Amino acid sequence: MKHVEIAIIGGGPAGLCAAISAASSGANVLIIERNNKLGGQLVKQTHMFFGSEKQYASTRGIDICNILINKLSKFKDKVEIMTDTTVVGMYEDGVITAMYKEEKYIKIKSEAVIAATGAFEKTLAFPNNDLPGIYGAGAVQTLMNVYGVKPGNKVLMVGAGNIGLIVSYQLMQAGVEVKAILDAAPKIGGYLVHASKIRRMGVPILTRHSVKEAIGKEYLEKAVICELDEKWQPIEGTEKEFDVDVMCISVGLSPLNELLVMRGCEMKYVPQLSGLVPLRDENYETTVGNVFVAGDISGIEEASSAMVEGYLSGLCTAEKIGYKHEKFEELKNDYLNQLDDLRSGAVGKHILEGTKEILVN
Amino acid sequence: MNDENTIVCRCSDVTLKEVRDLIKQGYTTYDEIKRITRIGMGPCQGKTCGQLVLREISAATGKSIKELKLHMNRPPVVGVKLDLIAEEAKKND
Repeated sequence: MKHVEIAIIGGGPAGLCAAISAASSGANVLIIERNNKLGGQLVKQTHMFFGSEKQYASTRGIDICNILINKLSKFKDKVEIMTDTTVVGMYEDGVITAMYKEEKYIKIKSEAVIAATGAFEKTLAFPNNDLPGIYGAGAVQTLMNVYGVKPGNKVLMVGAGNIGLIVSYQLMQAGVEVKAILDAAPKIGGYLVHASKIRRMGVPILTRHSVKEAIGKEYLEKAVICELDEKWQPIEGTEKEFDVDVMCISVGLSPLNELLVMRGCEMKYVPQLSGLVPLRDENYETTVGNVFVAGDISGIEEASSAMVEGYLSGLCTAEKIGYKHEKFEELKNDYLNQLDDLRSGAVGKHILEGTKEILVN
Repeated sequence: MNDENTIVCRCSDVTLKEVRDLIKQGYTTYDEIKRITRIGMGPCQGKTCGQLVLREISAATGKSIKELKLHMNRPPVVGVKLDLIAEEAKKND
Protein backbone atom coordinates (compact mmCIF):
# COMPACT_ATOMS: atom_id res chain seq x y z
CA MET A 1 0.00 0.00 0.00
CA LYS A 2 1.25 3.43 -0.95
CA HIS A 3 0.81 6.16 1.70
CA VAL A 4 0.44 9.84 0.81
CA GLU A 5 -0.84 13.00 2.48
CA ILE A 6 -3.06 14.33 -0.31
CA ALA A 7 -4.11 12.34 -3.36
CA ILE A 8 -5.31 14.48 -6.23
CA ILE A 9 -7.36 12.63 -8.81
CA GLY A 10 -6.98 14.28 -12.19
CA GLY A 11 -4.15 16.47 -13.50
CA GLY A 12 -6.24 18.99 -15.46
CA PRO A 13 -6.50 22.70 -14.65
CA ALA A 14 -8.30 22.08 -11.34
CA GLY A 15 -6.00 19.26 -10.19
CA LEU A 16 -2.79 21.10 -11.15
CA CYS A 17 -3.84 24.24 -9.28
CA ALA A 18 -4.94 22.19 -6.28
CA ALA A 19 -1.50 20.55 -6.25
CA ILE A 20 0.34 23.89 -6.49
CA SER A 21 -1.77 25.34 -3.70
CA ALA A 22 -1.52 22.35 -1.34
CA ALA A 23 2.22 21.93 -1.91
CA SER A 24 2.84 25.65 -1.35
CA SER A 25 1.07 25.22 2.00
CA GLY A 26 3.60 22.53 2.90
CA ALA A 27 1.66 19.32 2.19
CA ASN A 28 2.96 16.40 0.16
CA VAL A 29 0.75 15.62 -2.80
CA LEU A 30 0.34 12.84 -5.32
CA ILE A 31 -1.31 13.66 -8.65
CA ILE A 32 -2.90 10.68 -10.34
CA GLU A 33 -3.52 11.31 -14.03
CA ARG A 34 -5.19 8.92 -16.46
CA ASN A 35 -3.51 10.26 -19.59
CA ASN A 36 0.16 10.10 -20.46
CA LYS A 37 0.69 13.77 -19.67
CA LEU A 38 -0.65 16.42 -17.35
CA GLY A 39 -2.98 19.22 -18.43
CA GLY A 40 -6.39 17.62 -18.97
CA GLN A 41 -8.31 19.38 -21.70
CA LEU A 42 -5.79 22.25 -21.77
CA VAL A 43 -3.45 20.11 -23.90
CA LYS A 44 -5.71 20.58 -26.93
CA GLN A 45 -6.95 24.11 -26.36
CA THR A 46 -5.04 26.11 -28.94
CA HIS A 47 -7.37 29.11 -28.54
CA MET A 48 -6.79 32.08 -26.26
CA PHE A 49 -8.71 32.27 -23.00
CA PHE A 50 -11.11 34.97 -21.86
CA GLY A 51 -11.70 36.00 -18.30
CA SER A 52 -9.35 38.16 -16.30
CA GLU A 53 -5.59 38.36 -16.15
CA LYS A 54 -5.38 36.23 -13.00
CA GLN A 55 -6.67 33.26 -14.99
CA TYR A 56 -4.36 33.96 -17.92
CA ALA A 57 -6.79 35.73 -20.27
CA SER A 58 -5.37 36.15 -23.83
CA THR A 59 -3.11 33.14 -23.28
CA ARG A 60 -3.64 29.91 -25.20
CA GLY A 61 -4.86 26.88 -23.23
CA ILE A 62 -1.79 24.84 -24.22
CA ASP A 63 0.46 27.61 -22.88
CA ILE A 64 -1.53 27.86 -19.63
CA CYS A 65 -0.88 24.15 -19.24
CA ASN A 66 2.87 24.73 -19.39
CA ILE A 67 2.68 27.73 -17.04
CA LEU A 68 0.93 25.58 -14.43
CA ILE A 69 3.36 22.67 -14.86
CA ASN A 70 6.26 25.11 -14.40
CA LYS A 71 4.66 26.54 -11.30
CA LEU A 72 4.24 23.03 -9.95
CA SER A 73 7.88 22.15 -10.63
CA LYS A 74 8.92 24.71 -7.98
CA PHE A 75 7.58 22.29 -5.38
CA LYS A 76 9.34 19.25 -6.81
CA ASP A 77 10.18 17.74 -3.44
CA LYS A 78 6.53 17.89 -2.35
CA VAL A 79 4.91 16.61 -5.51
CA GLU A 80 4.72 13.12 -6.93
CA ILE A 81 3.10 12.54 -10.32
CA MET A 82 1.68 9.28 -11.62
CA THR A 83 0.62 9.47 -15.27
CA ASP A 84 -1.05 6.70 -17.30
CA THR A 85 -2.78 5.83 -14.05
CA THR A 86 -6.56 5.59 -13.70
CA VAL A 87 -8.24 5.68 -10.32
CA VAL A 88 -10.69 2.79 -10.47
CA GLY A 89 -12.20 2.82 -7.01
CA MET A 90 -12.64 4.74 -3.77
CA TYR A 91 -13.61 2.85 -0.65
CA GLU A 92 -15.14 3.58 2.77
CA ASP A 93 -11.86 2.96 4.62
CA GLY A 94 -10.20 5.72 2.60
CA VAL A 95 -8.31 3.39 0.28
CA ILE A 96 -8.06 4.39 -3.37
CA THR A 97 -7.34 1.78 -6.01
CA ALA A 98 -5.69 2.67 -9.29
CA MET A 99 -4.37 0.99 -12.39
CA TYR A 100 -1.12 1.89 -14.14
CA LYS A 101 -1.57 1.27 -17.89
CA GLU A 102 -2.96 -2.26 -17.90
CA GLU A 103 0.07 -3.52 -16.06
CA LYS A 104 -0.28 -2.83 -12.39
CA TYR A 105 -3.05 -2.50 -9.83
CA ILE A 106 -2.16 -0.15 -6.97
CA LYS A 107 -3.63 0.58 -3.54
CA ILE A 108 -3.18 4.06 -2.11
CA LYS A 109 -4.06 5.37 1.31
CA SER A 110 -4.19 9.13 1.77
CA GLU A 111 -5.10 11.50 4.57
CA ALA A 112 -7.22 13.54 2.18
CA VAL A 113 -8.41 13.36 -1.42
CA ILE A 114 -9.12 16.08 -3.95
CA ALA A 115 -11.32 14.73 -6.72
CA ALA A 116 -10.74 16.80 -9.86
CA THR A 117 -11.85 14.32 -12.49
CA GLY A 118 -13.54 16.85 -14.78
CA ALA A 119 -16.39 16.05 -17.12
CA PHE A 120 -17.75 13.71 -19.77
CA GLU A 121 -19.34 14.68 -23.11
CA LYS A 122 -23.09 14.26 -23.42
CA THR A 123 -24.57 12.43 -26.40
CA LEU A 124 -27.77 12.57 -28.44
CA ALA A 125 -30.23 9.86 -29.41
CA PHE A 126 -31.22 9.84 -33.10
CA PRO A 127 -31.48 7.08 -35.71
CA ASN A 128 -28.11 5.69 -36.82
CA ASN A 129 -26.24 7.65 -34.17
CA ASP A 130 -23.66 4.86 -34.04
CA LEU A 131 -22.36 5.37 -37.60
CA PRO A 132 -18.61 5.97 -37.89
CA GLY A 133 -18.06 9.68 -38.49
CA ILE A 134 -20.23 10.76 -35.56
CA TYR A 135 -17.98 12.12 -32.84
CA GLY A 136 -18.07 14.16 -29.69
CA ALA A 137 -16.67 17.64 -30.38
CA GLY A 138 -14.02 17.09 -27.73
CA ALA A 139 -12.88 13.93 -29.49
CA VAL A 140 -12.52 15.82 -32.77
CA GLN A 141 -10.49 18.50 -31.03
CA THR A 142 -8.21 15.82 -29.55
CA LEU A 143 -7.77 14.15 -32.95
CA MET A 144 -6.85 17.44 -34.63
CA ASN A 145 -4.89 19.33 -32.02
CA VAL A 146 -3.18 16.53 -30.14
CA TYR A 147 -2.67 13.89 -32.81
CA GLY A 148 -2.78 15.99 -36.00
CA VAL A 149 -5.48 13.82 -37.54
CA LYS A 150 -8.13 15.36 -39.80
CA PRO A 151 -11.48 13.81 -38.81
CA GLY A 152 -13.09 14.11 -42.29
CA ASN A 153 -13.89 16.64 -44.97
CA LYS A 154 -17.42 18.00 -44.44
CA VAL A 155 -18.75 18.60 -40.96
CA LEU A 156 -22.09 19.30 -39.36
CA MET A 157 -21.61 20.75 -35.87
CA VAL A 158 -24.42 20.05 -33.42
CA GLY A 159 -24.34 22.59 -30.60
CA ALA A 160 -23.49 26.29 -30.66
CA GLY A 161 -21.95 26.56 -27.22
CA ASN A 162 -18.35 27.68 -26.88
CA ILE A 163 -16.91 24.22 -27.56
CA GLY A 164 -19.04 23.83 -30.71
CA LEU A 165 -18.06 27.27 -31.97
CA ILE A 166 -14.34 26.98 -31.18
CA VAL A 167 -14.02 23.48 -32.64
CA SER A 168 -15.87 24.64 -35.80
CA TYR A 169 -13.38 27.46 -36.23
CA GLN A 170 -10.42 25.16 -35.65
CA LEU A 171 -11.84 22.68 -38.19
CA MET A 172 -11.96 25.49 -40.76
CA GLN A 173 -8.39 26.47 -39.90
CA ALA A 174 -7.44 22.86 -40.65
CA GLY A 175 -9.08 23.13 -44.07
CA VAL A 176 -12.21 21.17 -43.21
CA GLU A 177 -15.52 22.48 -44.53
CA VAL A 178 -18.12 23.21 -41.84
CA LYS A 179 -21.55 23.02 -43.52
CA ALA A 180 -23.59 24.42 -40.64
CA ILE A 181 -23.83 24.69 -36.88
CA LEU A 182 -27.10 23.75 -35.21
CA ASP A 183 -28.49 24.37 -31.78
CA ALA A 184 -31.79 23.22 -30.30
CA ALA A 185 -31.97 26.37 -28.16
CA PRO A 186 -33.51 29.56 -29.54
CA LYS A 187 -30.23 31.42 -28.90
CA ILE A 188 -26.53 30.78 -29.50
CA GLY A 189 -25.04 29.55 -26.23
CA GLY A 190 -21.39 30.51 -26.82
CA TYR A 191 -19.70 33.89 -26.79
CA LEU A 192 -20.70 36.37 -29.51
CA VAL A 193 -17.06 36.93 -30.55
CA HIS A 194 -16.68 33.27 -31.49
CA ALA A 195 -20.07 33.15 -33.23
CA SER A 196 -19.39 36.34 -35.21
CA LYS A 197 -16.05 35.04 -36.42
CA ILE A 198 -17.76 31.95 -37.79
CA ARG A 199 -20.65 33.85 -39.36
CA ARG A 200 -18.14 36.13 -41.12
CA MET A 201 -16.67 33.03 -42.72
CA GLY A 202 -20.09 32.26 -44.18
CA VAL A 203 -21.13 29.33 -41.99
CA PRO A 204 -24.81 29.37 -41.03
CA ILE A 205 -25.73 28.97 -37.36
CA LEU A 206 -29.22 27.49 -37.19
CA THR A 207 -30.90 27.91 -33.81
CA ARG A 208 -34.02 25.90 -32.87
CA HIS A 209 -32.76 23.04 -35.03
CA SER A 210 -31.92 19.47 -34.20
CA VAL A 211 -30.69 16.29 -35.86
CA LYS A 212 -33.50 14.11 -37.18
CA GLU A 213 -31.38 11.24 -38.41
CA ALA A 214 -28.02 10.19 -39.75
CA ILE A 215 -27.81 8.33 -43.06
CA GLY A 216 -25.06 6.07 -44.30
CA LYS A 217 -24.06 2.48 -44.95
CA GLU A 218 -20.56 1.91 -43.64
CA TYR A 219 -20.03 5.46 -42.38
CA LEU A 220 -21.86 8.78 -42.18
CA GLU A 221 -22.91 10.07 -45.61
CA LYS A 222 -25.75 12.46 -44.85
CA ALA A 223 -27.38 14.20 -41.94
CA VAL A 224 -31.05 15.21 -41.86
CA ILE A 225 -31.97 18.10 -39.60
CA CYS A 226 -35.28 19.77 -38.78
CA GLU A 227 -36.66 22.81 -37.04
CA LEU A 228 -38.05 22.65 -33.52
CA ASP A 229 -41.15 24.38 -32.18
CA GLU A 230 -41.37 26.28 -28.91
CA LYS A 231 -41.81 23.02 -27.01
CA TRP A 232 -38.60 21.66 -28.57
CA GLN A 233 -40.62 19.26 -30.78
CA PRO A 234 -39.70 18.66 -34.46
CA ILE A 235 -41.82 20.56 -37.00
CA GLU A 236 -42.81 18.34 -39.90
CA GLY A 237 -41.89 19.44 -43.37
CA THR A 238 -38.88 21.50 -42.21
CA GLU A 239 -36.30 18.77 -42.93
CA LYS A 240 -33.02 19.72 -44.59
CA GLU A 241 -30.30 17.38 -45.76
CA PHE A 242 -26.56 17.92 -45.55
CA ASP A 243 -23.86 15.93 -47.33
CA VAL A 244 -21.40 15.40 -44.52
CA ASP A 245 -18.96 12.71 -43.45
CA VAL A 246 -18.51 14.04 -39.94
CA MET A 247 -21.06 15.01 -37.34
CA CYS A 248 -19.74 16.62 -34.20
CA ILE A 249 -21.92 16.38 -31.12
CA SER A 250 -21.33 19.27 -28.78
CA VAL A 251 -24.36 19.33 -26.54
CA GLY A 252 -22.67 19.90 -23.24
CA LEU A 253 -20.78 18.06 -20.56
CA SER A 254 -21.76 16.29 -17.39
CA PRO A 255 -19.73 16.05 -14.18
CA LEU A 256 -17.57 12.93 -13.94
CA ASN A 257 -18.92 11.96 -10.55
CA GLU A 258 -18.74 8.16 -10.27
CA LEU A 259 -15.91 8.03 -7.72
CA LEU A 260 -17.82 10.35 -5.39
CA VAL A 261 -21.00 8.28 -5.73
CA MET A 262 -19.21 5.06 -4.80
CA ARG A 263 -17.41 6.82 -1.92
CA GLY A 264 -20.80 7.72 -0.44
CA CYS A 265 -20.71 11.50 -0.89
CA GLU A 266 -24.17 13.00 -0.73
CA MET A 267 -25.09 13.96 -4.30
CA LYS A 268 -27.77 16.16 -5.86
CA TYR A 269 -29.01 16.55 -9.42
CA VAL A 270 -28.67 20.26 -10.23
CA PRO A 271 -29.55 21.25 -13.82
CA GLN A 272 -27.67 24.57 -13.56
CA LEU A 273 -24.49 22.63 -12.81
CA SER A 274 -25.24 20.16 -15.65
CA GLY A 275 -25.83 17.00 -13.65
CA LEU A 276 -25.29 15.06 -10.47
CA VAL A 277 -22.91 16.94 -8.19
CA PRO A 278 -21.71 16.57 -4.58
CA LEU A 279 -22.98 18.68 -1.71
CA ARG A 280 -20.00 20.68 -0.44
CA ASP A 281 -19.06 23.48 1.93
CA GLU A 282 -17.35 26.78 1.15
CA ASN A 283 -13.97 25.02 1.32
CA TYR A 284 -15.04 22.50 -1.33
CA GLU A 285 -15.15 19.61 1.16
CA THR A 286 -17.92 17.08 0.44
CA THR A 287 -20.17 15.43 3.04
CA VAL A 288 -17.49 12.74 3.43
CA GLY A 289 -14.77 14.18 5.65
CA ASN A 290 -11.42 14.90 3.96
CA VAL A 291 -12.85 14.27 0.48
CA PHE A 292 -12.61 17.57 -1.41
CA VAL A 293 -13.55 18.49 -4.98
CA ALA A 294 -12.50 21.08 -7.58
CA GLY A 295 -13.45 21.90 -11.16
CA ASP A 296 -16.11 20.43 -13.42
CA ILE A 297 -16.81 17.48 -11.10
CA SER A 298 -18.69 19.89 -8.84
CA GLY A 299 -20.53 21.65 -11.69
CA ILE A 300 -19.69 22.40 -15.32
CA GLU A 301 -18.01 25.77 -15.77
CA GLU A 302 -14.94 27.03 -17.59
CA ALA A 303 -11.27 26.21 -17.11
CA SER A 304 -10.75 29.61 -15.48
CA SER A 305 -13.08 28.80 -12.60
CA ALA A 306 -11.73 25.26 -12.41
CA MET A 307 -8.26 26.73 -11.78
CA VAL A 308 -9.47 29.04 -9.01
CA GLU A 309 -11.50 26.24 -7.44
CA GLY A 310 -8.37 24.11 -7.56
CA TYR A 311 -6.30 26.73 -5.72
CA LEU A 312 -9.03 27.17 -3.12
CA SER A 313 -9.64 23.48 -2.63
CA GLY A 314 -5.91 22.70 -2.40
CA LEU A 315 -5.42 25.45 0.17
CA CYS A 316 -8.31 24.22 2.33
CA THR A 317 -7.40 20.54 2.03
CA ALA A 318 -3.86 21.26 3.22
CA GLU A 319 -5.22 23.30 6.11
CA LYS A 320 -7.56 20.47 7.09
CA ILE A 321 -4.68 18.03 7.52
CA GLY A 322 -2.49 20.48 9.43
CA TYR A 323 -0.66 22.54 6.81
CA LYS A 324 -2.06 26.03 7.13
CA HIS A 325 -0.55 28.43 4.61
CA GLU A 326 0.91 31.51 6.31
CA LYS A 327 -1.36 33.70 4.19
CA PHE A 328 -4.33 31.34 4.42
CA GLU A 329 -7.08 33.91 5.10
CA GLU A 330 -5.76 36.39 2.54
CA LEU A 331 -5.47 33.74 -0.19
CA LYS A 332 -8.83 32.19 0.58
CA ASN A 333 -10.59 35.55 0.33
CA ASP A 334 -8.77 36.32 -2.89
CA TYR A 335 -9.88 33.02 -4.47
CA LEU A 336 -13.48 33.49 -3.29
CA ASN A 337 -13.44 37.00 -4.80
CA GLN A 338 -12.00 35.70 -8.06
CA LEU A 339 -14.81 33.13 -8.27
CA ASP A 340 -17.38 35.86 -7.60
CA ASP A 341 -15.89 37.94 -10.42
CA LEU A 342 -15.90 35.00 -12.84
CA ARG A 343 -19.53 34.30 -11.96
CA SER A 344 -20.72 37.88 -12.29
CA GLY A 345 -22.09 37.56 -15.86
CA ALA A 346 -25.33 36.08 -17.17
CA VAL A 347 -24.00 32.49 -17.25
CA GLY A 348 -22.51 33.04 -13.80
CA LYS A 349 -25.93 33.88 -12.40
CA HIS A 350 -27.05 30.43 -13.44
CA ILE A 351 -24.00 28.83 -11.77
CA LEU A 352 -24.59 30.78 -8.56
CA GLU A 353 -28.20 29.55 -8.41
CA GLY A 354 -26.83 26.04 -8.78
CA THR A 355 -24.10 26.34 -6.16
CA LYS A 356 -26.69 27.63 -3.67
CA GLU A 357 -28.38 24.24 -3.93
CA ILE A 358 -25.27 22.26 -3.04
CA LEU A 359 -23.70 24.50 -0.42
CA VAL A 360 -23.78 23.03 3.08
CA ASN A 361 -22.10 24.16 6.30
CA MET B 1 -38.88 8.59 -34.74
CA ASN B 2 -37.37 5.37 -35.96
CA ASP B 3 -36.14 4.22 -32.56
CA GLU B 4 -34.98 0.77 -33.59
CA ASN B 5 -31.79 2.19 -35.07
CA THR B 6 -31.19 4.70 -32.32
CA ILE B 7 -28.49 3.51 -29.97
CA VAL B 8 -28.80 4.61 -26.35
CA CYS B 9 -26.05 2.36 -24.98
CA ARG B 10 -22.99 2.08 -27.20
CA CYS B 11 -21.31 -0.50 -24.97
CA SER B 12 -24.08 -3.11 -25.16
CA ASP B 13 -25.93 -1.91 -28.29
CA VAL B 14 -29.19 -1.21 -26.48
CA THR B 15 -31.67 0.71 -28.65
CA LEU B 16 -34.09 3.47 -27.81
CA LYS B 17 -36.93 1.11 -28.77
CA GLU B 18 -35.85 -1.47 -26.18
CA VAL B 19 -35.66 1.21 -23.49
CA ARG B 20 -39.05 2.69 -24.41
CA ASP B 21 -40.70 -0.75 -24.53
CA LEU B 22 -39.42 -1.57 -21.05
CA ILE B 23 -40.63 1.75 -19.66
CA LYS B 24 -44.07 0.99 -21.17
CA GLN B 25 -44.03 -2.38 -19.37
CA GLY B 26 -43.52 -0.54 -16.08
CA TYR B 27 -39.76 -0.68 -15.62
CA THR B 28 -39.30 2.96 -14.68
CA THR B 29 -35.99 2.99 -12.85
CA TYR B 30 -32.52 3.00 -14.33
CA ASP B 31 -31.53 -0.02 -12.23
CA GLU B 32 -34.40 -2.18 -13.49
CA ILE B 33 -33.60 -1.33 -17.10
CA LYS B 34 -29.94 -2.01 -16.38
CA ARG B 35 -30.64 -5.47 -14.97
CA ILE B 36 -32.68 -6.47 -18.00
CA THR B 37 -30.58 -4.97 -20.79
CA ARG B 38 -27.06 -4.63 -19.28
CA ILE B 39 -27.29 -0.90 -20.02
CA GLY B 40 -24.68 0.94 -17.95
CA MET B 41 -22.67 -2.22 -17.31
CA GLY B 42 -20.21 -1.87 -20.19
CA PRO B 43 -16.89 -0.04 -20.41
CA CYS B 44 -18.45 3.42 -19.96
CA GLN B 45 -20.34 2.36 -16.80
CA GLY B 46 -23.38 4.47 -17.66
CA LYS B 47 -21.62 7.71 -18.46
CA THR B 48 -22.93 7.83 -22.04
CA CYS B 49 -26.38 6.30 -21.68
CA GLY B 50 -27.25 7.53 -18.18
CA GLN B 51 -28.67 10.91 -19.09
CA LEU B 52 -30.47 9.52 -22.18
CA VAL B 53 -32.24 6.83 -20.16
CA LEU B 54 -33.19 9.26 -17.39
CA ARG B 55 -34.62 11.67 -19.95
CA GLU B 56 -36.77 8.87 -21.41
CA ILE B 57 -38.03 7.84 -17.96
CA SER B 58 -38.72 11.46 -17.12
CA ALA B 59 -40.67 12.01 -20.36
CA ALA B 60 -42.74 8.86 -19.85
CA THR B 61 -43.52 9.29 -16.15
CA GLY B 62 -43.85 13.06 -16.02
CA LYS B 63 -41.38 13.17 -13.14
CA SER B 64 -38.43 15.54 -13.37
CA ILE B 65 -34.95 14.01 -13.48
CA LYS B 66 -34.37 15.45 -9.99
CA GLU B 67 -37.09 13.17 -8.61
CA LEU B 68 -35.80 10.00 -10.29
CA LYS B 69 -33.77 7.34 -8.56
CA LEU B 70 -30.24 7.47 -9.95
CA HIS B 71 -28.03 4.48 -10.47
CA MET B 72 -25.29 3.36 -8.12
CA ASN B 73 -21.65 3.39 -9.18
CA ARG B 74 -19.36 0.68 -7.92
CA PRO B 75 -15.67 -0.01 -8.37
CA PRO B 76 -13.90 -0.60 -10.65
CA VAL B 77 -14.76 2.24 -13.04
CA VAL B 78 -12.81 0.60 -15.86
CA GLY B 79 -11.98 -3.03 -16.53
CA VAL B 80 -9.12 -4.43 -14.45
CA LYS B 81 -7.57 -7.82 -15.17
CA LEU B 82 -8.08 -10.23 -12.30
CA ASP B 83 -4.43 -11.27 -12.25
CA LEU B 84 -3.42 -7.67 -11.52
CA ILE B 85 -5.76 -7.60 -8.53
CA ALA B 86 -4.51 -11.00 -7.38
CA GLU B 87 -0.89 -9.84 -7.65
CA GLU B 88 -1.57 -6.79 -5.46
CA ALA B 89 -3.63 -8.86 -3.00
CA LYS B 90 -0.62 -11.12 -2.31
CA LYS B 91 0.95 -8.21 -0.40
CA ASN B 92 -1.89 -8.57 2.08
CA ASP B 93 -1.81 -4.93 3.25
